[in-house]
Amino acid sequence: MNTVAAQVTPLDAVPPAGGQRWVERFAGLGFAAPAFILLVLTNLAPLAALAFLSFTNYELGALDFSFVGFKNFGAALQDPVIRRSVTNTLLYVAIVVPGGVLLSLLVAILIHQRKRTRSLYEVIYFLPVTSTLIAMATMWQFLLHPTLGLINQALKGLGFAETAFLSEPRLVIPTLAAIGIWQLVGFNMVLFLAGLSAIPRDLYEAVDIDGASHPIDRFLKVTWPMLGPTTMFVTVTTFITAFKIFDTVTVMTRGGPGGASEVLLYAIYLEGFQYFHMSYAATLTLVFLAFTLVFSVLQTFILDRRVHY
Amino acid sequence: MAGLTLRGIRKTFGDTAVLNDIDLDIADGEFLTLVGPSGCGKSTLLRIIAGLESQDSGSVSIGGTSVDHLRPHERRIAMVFQNYALYPHMSVFDNIALPLTMTRLNLFERLPLMRHLSLRRRRIMNEIAREVRAVAEQLRIESFFHRRPGQLSGGQRQRVALGRAMVRHPQAFLMDEPLSNLDAKLRVHMRGELTELHARLGATMIYVTHDQIEAMTMSDRLAVMDHGDILQLGTPADVYERPATTAVAQFIGSPAINLFQARVGPGGQVELLGRTLPIEVRNAPTPELTVGVRPEAMRIGGGPCAVTCRFRRRENLGSECILHFDLVASPEVAVLCRVDNGIPIPEGEVPLAFEPRDCHVFDNNGRRIEVESRNAAGRDLRRASEVR
Amino acid sequence: MRTSATITRPPTPVAIRMRRLVSLALVHAVLIGGAVFMLLPFVFMLTSAIKPPGEIFEATFRLWPRQFYGWQNFESALSTAPLLRFLLNGLIVCGGILVVQLLVAIPCAYALAKLKFPGRPILFSLVLLGLCIPVQAPSLPLYIAFAELGILNTYLSMMMPFFLSVFAIFLFRQFFKSYPDEIIQAARLDGVGEFEIVWRIVVPSAWPAIAAFSIFSVVAHWNDLYWPLIVVSDTKLATPPLGMMYFADSELGSNYGALAAGATIITAPLVIAFLIARRHFIAGITMTGIK
Repeated sequence: MNTVAAQVTPLDAVPPAGGQRWVERFAGLGFAAPAFILLVLTNLAPLAALAFLSFTNYELGALDFSFVGFKNFGAALQDPVIRRSVTNTLLYVAIVVPGGVLLSLLVAILIHQRKRTRSLYEVIYFLPVTSTLIAMATMWQFLLHPTLGLINQALKGLGFAETAFLSEPRLVIPTLAAIGIWQLVGFNMVLFLAGLSAIPRDLYEAVDIDGASHPIDRFLKVTWPMLGPTTMFVTVTTFITAFKIFDTVTVMTRGGPGGASEVLLYAIYLEGFQYFHMSYAATLTLVFLAFTLVFSVLQTFILDRRVHY
Repeated sequence: MAGLTLRGIRKTFGDTAVLNDIDLDIADGEFLTLVGPSGCGKSTLLRIIAGLESQDSGSVSIGGTSVDHLRPHERRIAMVFQNYALYPHMSVFDNIALPLTMTRLNLFERLPLMRHLSLRRRRIMNEIAREVRAVAEQLRIESFFHRRPGQLSGGQRQRVALGRAMVRHPQAFLMDEPLSNLDAKLRVHMRGELTELHARLGATMIYVTHDQIEAMTMSDRLAVMDHGDILQLGTPADVYERPATTAVAQFIGSPAINLFQARVGPGGQVELLGRTLPIEVRNAPTPELTVGVRPEAMRIGGGPCAVTCRFRRRENLGSECILHFDLVASPEVAVLCRVDNGIPIPEGEVPLAFEPRDCHVFDNNGRRIEVESRNAAGRDLRRASEVR
Repeated sequence: MRTSATITRPPTPVAIRMRRLVSLALVHAVLIGGAVFMLLPFVFMLTSAIKPPGEIFEATFRLWPRQFYGWQNFESALSTAPLLRFLLNGLIVCGGILVVQLLVAIPCAYALAKLKFPGRPILFSLVLLGLCIPVQAPSLPLYIAFAELGILNTYLSMMMPFFLSVFAIFLFRQFFKSYPDEIIQAARLDGVGEFEIVWRIVVPSAWPAIAAFSIFSVVAHWNDLYWPLIVVSDTKLATPPLGMMYFADSELGSNYGALAAGATIITAPLVIAFLIARRHFIAGITMTGIK
């Protein structure tokens, strides 16, 4: 409404009166200027440069470069590493999104009904969110050690065979996904808890009186529909976070074994900042952007709407 | 203190005109109320006077000089807002002192930490504290000087907001529905306090309200506004006794005025529901008229001016009551009659009578028409009213 | 509506209590199981940090070592890697980023929320666009620019890309929008300039949003690995996660006790801050709701 009014006001119409209007314009421009300049410098210009680079063969330190059209895109499509990275990333996302959302929903519902123990559980489940993932990933590496690790010793004690979680190509992505879920659950849980507290108590009372007193009925009739917007938002953020998997791969597997845990962001990191194939990395970044864009736009849309609830 | 002059104020938001060519003169020391239904433009007009919004054309002068180019605080006016607009994070004292610190201390002396370096600041702050205290005494708010607005009741916040306005010794006070957030009892009390404050300070006050009782009880003059126009400007008695339009007549007075469709007869007499009333109009632009009679001017009984009505129900107000009737000739028209509680309740169809001098006659555009009324004997002609 | 099947004999009080106990036990079993999974690496880290090398991978897990080796582990961790320096770097980088973010975002958000100025709708659209771009996307051109400017391996290069937080602008704008216009107008009438309105009148009321964003920002940048890994090759400038990576890669990477001690030191500041200000962390995440 206000924005429309601001658009309607013609800029060159000097009002006969009103110092205030000019003060607002002057102050508004002054306040917005630093942010705008930084936005251009750190966001918009780099993005334009990225698009530009992806059509060249520029490499860091090269004195000259030329335009190569869509060659980089073609190369990316053919590149087995990139194909593998995309598949692995999508597999990772496909495990982390449902796992991270549903487990955190379950935990949130169970914790929400606790009274005395609620804050204790809250702290425990939230702890991984604040901890430095790199340090914790190192600890997971120990725990998952094929022979000495605690987890394998426990499995052995239960009569299972030793499992090389991180060096077995079929298991490495699911293992990383489990750690990803471990880190995410607390964060999503907090969002679900907020959503649960926002459900009016009298809805549960009404559904009780109407005869749906079984917990599953209560969940299906009240909790799940009322949590709809929260679930949507949590799913979208989880997707974006999952798609950006980088830390655990870098520390724990470095894409191994045999490329079984190569993921998109790690591939971009290698191409761009280890091999300095800038133009190719720029192309890959655009691919990465394309994958996340739908979800980022969705997230922004929900964020923008959420305030008006 | 100073008078104000508004000339040709216009304002539009997008495509909607909010104010159409407003002219208004406010005398020095006058209590003027802008009254009208919500959306009539009264608040916008007040905010244009304050400089918070700028008019599309026209000019505002305070004390004879144009203030159009001045920013709000340079106009030396004070404003009391509907929600009081107290700074939530500052104490009552700081809230009241702020206008003074802003004008008397320079930027350096206002900066955190740096301000302690100034020797001048201490002296000025003492001065300010003295003035704040003097205002607070008048309003009896010294006892909660160190509390925050959140810890105060509505009436106390109202007083703090007044104090913040008073401390600047402004040329005029602007008040935007300052009582509408108070409960009914406190509102009546604050009405009295504001009137007394006005008398004591002798200040020019422009008061915006949608509540016609506030407008009637407090003002020297009131301006009834609707759809961006001033419909009538006059003293409360003027506006009540000689409403300029049907809209004013309906807005001022509670319960609202009864309006009947009428016609001009061949001799200029007003014909109401087939009955010729002993009043005449000249210069009626069209034969269709509207006749208005206030509920307090109606009584049960017959006479030369009367309408036949069917009783519906009674609303008891304690000392008096309001009787609700339907007009028998056209039952969708409700007729209200305000009478003493003692009289017997009528039953079925009864005539309701009124005096010719209590009739307000309007043309089909709703504008007031000059009326000549004859008394019951039909001799003495006298002018009952005139259009301003 | 009710069929005969649903009309059963009312259960006895004992049966009701039994059923309730069983379901309560079930809920806690699930929650405790999850809690063990959540705490596993933390417990392992803390116990390993005080165990001698021989005990860490023993077949039977003990919470407390037979031989307390904590001093030796922490000492060798601190002497091999400049862990405290990493923490200080983290503090400098996070603090610098946060201060500039607030200084830039707050006035801009106020202007977007409360001032009418030309270009406002465009700027807001750009902010929304910025929200859609993951921080990793502009890193490549920024790296090239920093390399050309010769400012890789500086604190500035580590902080610069994050000086503008579109998210902060967005969050504060929403918060400022609900701030009453009347108070701002009263301040204008009282002679407070726009600059002082922002910092003296509006900001003191916005501290919940500022606290929420600060927590969000510090957690994000304290734990960020991607960007420091790209621009920093000098160990002295490493942030905690990067330092941890160097540490794990060094010859000491096989000294598991020291590594666990190092991980404890790296993780401790934020976790302790979280345990102290738990309510604020959770309120902050609820308000910001984004990573």
